[in-house]
Amino acid sequence: MALVQTRGLERRYVLGGETVMALAGVSLDIGEGEFVAVMGPSGSGKSTFMNVIGCLDRPSSGSYRLADEEVSTLDADALAAVRNRRIGFVFQQFHLLQTLNALGNVALPMLYAGLDRKLRMEKAAAALTRVGLGDRLHHRPTELSGGQQQRVAIARAIVNTPSILLADEPTGALDSRTSLDIMALFQALHHEGATVIVVTHEADVAAFASRVVRFKDGKVLSDQRQRPRDAAAAFAAEEEAAA
Amino acid sequence: MNFAEALRSAFEALAAHKLRSALTMLGIVIGVAAVIAMVAVGGGAREQVVAQIRSLGANLLVVIPGNITQGGVRLGTGAANTLTDDDATAIMRDVAAVQVTAPTIRVPVQMIANAQNWATAAFGVDLGFFEAREWEVESGRSFSPEEIARGAQVMLLGQTAARNLFADESPIGQTVRVRNVPMTVIGVLARKGQSALGQDQDDTALVPLLTARSRLAGTNRANARSVGQILVKVREGFDLNGTLEDVRELLRQRHRLQPGQEDDFTIRNLSEIAATREASARTLALLLAAVAGVSLAVGGIGIMNIMLVSVTERTREIGLRLAIGARQRDILRQFLIEATVLAAFGGIVGVALGVAAAQIVSLNAGWPLLIDPVTVLAAVVFAGLVGIFFGWYPAWRAAKLDPVEALRAT
Repeated sequence: MALVQTRGLERRYVLGGETVMALAGVSLDIGEGEFVAVMGPSGSGKSTFMNVIGCLDRPSSGSYRLADEEVSTLDADALAAVRNRRIGFVFQQFHLLQTLNALGNVALPMLYAGLDRKLRMEKAAAALTRVGLGDRLHHRPTELSGGQQQRVAIARAIVNTPSILLADEPTGALDSRTSLDIMALFQALHHEGATVIVVTHEADVAAFASRVVRFKDGKVLSDQRQRPRDAAAAFAAEEEAAA
Repeated sequence: MNFAEALRSAFEALAAHKLRSALTMLGIVIGVAAVIAMVAVGGGAREQVVAQIRSLGANLLVVIPGNITQGGVRLGTGAANTLTDDDATAIMRDVAAVQVTAPTIRVPVQMIANAQNWATAAFGVDLGFFEAREWEVESGRSFSPEEIARGAQVMLLGQTAARNLFADESPIGQTVRVRNVPMTVIGVLARKGQSALGQDQDDTALVPLLTARSRLAGTNRANARSVGQILVKVREGFDLNGTLEDVRELLRQRHRLQPGQEDDFTIRNLSEIAATREASARTLALLLAAVAGVSLAVGGIGIMNIMLVSVTERTREIGLRLAIGARQRDILRQFLIEATVLAAFGGIVGVALGVAAAQIVSLNAGWPLLIDPVTVLAAVVFAGLVGIFFGWYPAWRAAKLDPVEALRAT
């Protein structure tokens, strides 16, 4: 049984009197432990797909089963709970709260999960240590580099041990060197067993995934498995070249 | 998210914009300060009025002689010698509601004691006076019935008069000369303070009525039994104005006034003077209440405005919170708590300011400071309610945001 299973997924918008088919019947299975890159030009429906998979949005029709549970028909509160427990989001713009330090940002999802403060702080510290920021627990976002901020965001995404790590253009705001570093982190998390879905329009980023799904006009254009490039090795090579 | 956590993040969010939060609170601060000052000032004024009525002697009517006209010249109220001892006795005897009457005459005197002298108004009184005015002798003793009856040369001094004549010395047993008549001071009256009209009631001297008449006032045969005024104390529980009418009717009969003829006396209800002052204090309180109401409403709208701005500014934050699992009600609660904390904190600051303002007013006006903890609590709670009321709409807008749209916001 696939972790993510969509059948005839459609998402329609009405924009200025015209109906736009953002998703026009997507049937896709993503198994547990996969590293999938979702690619496509803007307007291809990849972002809408990510929003539906991430339970931020509901399909207009079709079925979406997450871990064998039909989630396309859940109400807003139930979807919030699914997002909280099963989905870890990583965004292009990091979306960290400026008023909180790294620890506070990472602990935020557990606040809504209702964990007590001590446990939250312990788990947040552990997640930050996992992404290599064990020495930056009390730094605010403004005191961190872009790469470090994205690491905090990744720590926030994995802290509730979600079923899926969903990243939307995670390297879009980073330079190429830092991008390699972040992709290496995603690969490492993948090797530890995480299911990772990265939405991107960059082939360079998609190269690190083991499966590439291309979208066009709201439909799956192609779905290929590939041998992933090793991000950590690429990063090391770049470091060496710089030195 | 539990309530304590929500409160904590509300404080963090408000602390992130300190100046803005402070300015937003201002309306509530002024409103609550006005409420607190209003209640304190109103309560203090009422307390003062009650105290004044008490110092005057409660349930007191004052009968004074009326106007006389001599050759077309109207001499004004009090000029006539129409009231007598017998009127006082008759009122006491014939009007059931009357507890006691006290005929008095007022004589301006220059008192001389040892090296000092002092001008004051002396009153000739009988024993009913002390009951009518509820005035006690603090040190020494009061007049004996025998001294009253015979017109003895004895005197009681008010606190102010005693201090001016004898400073720190005890006046009791000393001799005061008035118009070359030596009087022995036998006691000092208790402090009365200011009257409702602002006069120092302690600047006085009391002598037996007969003494005042025969020794101090230049009394002739024509006005041998006339008095300056008659104090009429009405029994507890009887209607003051009804009794006033009864006394008036009795005096009209005794003075043989025809129907249609003007009264040759005036009866004043002193409590009414005090009541007028209370009414003006109430007007002041009402005015403050209006200011408070307007200010709280404006303050609430200010909070709503800032919360709306805050929701717009923090759209991405709201999107993020929704994405990581916040439910709509979590978002609603977060913004509602922020608005409430803002308003309630403004309320607390307002209470402090209001108490300070009331303190200043009461110090200047000489009123007692009355601050009821219930009022203080109610003001803070009400401020919080203003926050909830005006914070609801912005919070609802925040909660209704679509997570996808919110995350995309710039």
